[in-house]
Amino acid sequence: MIETREIVLPGEILADVKEGRPGHGTFIEDGKIISKFLGIPKMGEYISVIPLSGVYIPKRQDKVIGFITGIEKVGWIADINSPWDAFLPLSEAVDEFIDFKKTDISRYYDVGDTVYATILDIKRGSIQLSMREPMARKLKGGVTIKITSSKVPRLIGKEGSMINTIKEKTRTIIRVGQNGVVWISGEKVDKAIKAIKMIDEKSHILGLTDEISKLLSD
Amino acid sequence: MGMKTEEKLIIKGKRIDGRKPDEIREIEMKVGVIPNANGSAQVRFGNTIAIAGVYGPRPLYPKHLQKSDTGILQCRYNMAPFSVDERISPGPSRRSTEITKVTRLALEPALFLEEYPETVVDVYIEILQADGSTRVTGINAASLALADAGVPMRDLVVALSGGKIDDTMIIDLCGKEDNYSEADMPVAFLPRRKEITLLQMDGMLTSEEVKHIIKMILKAGEKIYEKQKEVLRKKYKE
Repeated sequence: MIETREIVLPGEILADVKEGRPGHGTFIEDGKIISKFLGIPKMGEYISVIPLSGVYIPKRQDKVIGFITGIEKVGWIADINSPWDAFLPLSEAVDEFIDFKKTDISRYYDVGDTVYATILDIKRGSIQLSMREPMARKLKGGVTIKITSSKVPRLIGKEGSMINTIKEKTRTIIRVGQNGVVWISGEKVDKAIKAIKMIDEKSHILGLTDEISKLLSD
Repeated sequence: MGMKTEEKLIIKGKRIDGRKPDEIREIEMKVGVIPNANGSAQVRFGNTIAIAGVYGPRPLYPKHLQKSDTGILQCRYNMAPFSVDERISPGPSRRSTEITKVTRLALEPALFLEEYPETVVDVYIEILQADGSTRVTGINAASLALADAGVPMRDLVVALSGGKIDDTMIIDLCGKEDNYSEADMPVAFLPRRKEITLLQMDGMLTSEEVKHIIKMILKAGEKIYEKQKEVLRKKYKE
């Protein structure tokens, strides 16, 4: 049997209130800290649970990959793989002056385009994107796949070790959005997808890095 | 309920399928049976099979259904036309609309929907094979599917039916017992604090009998709770 990390279930008591502070993925009831998710617990000053599944919850300053789904008068609507749609305003996307009465803004971004953008601001029910980051751009060609957003840190690895291994061994360019959308372009795309899918499925297994390098060197 | 049968349903303390009054049927649970869904599960209680799929939280349309302070839960309970001996016509009926509602009310207290305003969590429950206690089987499947989908939960939801035949209190009724029982009572609860979220009753029971059946259900529910926990853990232990 392969060794796995400890797993907790929703409703499972993690600790007493006196033992730590409740972090992400937990709540307090009857003086106990209880898990909200099926996930991996993290003990420390803050007691938190990293969910093993679930949708992406947007956070400010996250870099995400979005798909343009609609064009409004002064901006674009993007699907960022979360429960809410995001809005990319014209002022945050294009630097030149545009008289939007005369110009069709679909020449900049059109429905079906993929963008790498930053989350600028979140107000209840409305998420604003920005393209004013050096890395922000339209992603042309390539393929996109979706993984569970909570596993993105695992895919990147310590200081990008995991993702750089995949990039080098498969000779691809990979962009990872915090929202769990991964864009891949290059030579051995199939192999890269296989490795990323494996990380998504087996993120709770210890010694995953070795398994990935074994898969890639085959 | 209420129908008369010549056949004795309890002989020498044993039920028609050989179970003791406080014994549940064989249970089988599977998680992640629908790859397209965010979470899914299949649960079998004897010959009753229910499959549940959870989608979301996702944007909710039409917009007037959105709630600005909380997400909402939408359920659907449906019996497949081939799930019973005599084909039932597909589509919603009086019965399935009722069960849809009580299922939603049974699951809602377990969820933190206020974390997802303006969205919806969809739960689809399909009964593939019916042999009594379909609504509680559906709720058990939905509970597993919600946990699998990563929807934040206070606790898992455990459901089990109880009833009375020939003055004997029983739990986990099969189809025949369901039809000829003097009373039947489905119950769903959150096991950690033993909070009851569903309690329906059909037939005649005294208040003492109701209390007795609830006690039996809470006791036997522990077994189902353990099984739910085991199957969720198993998904990540290969």
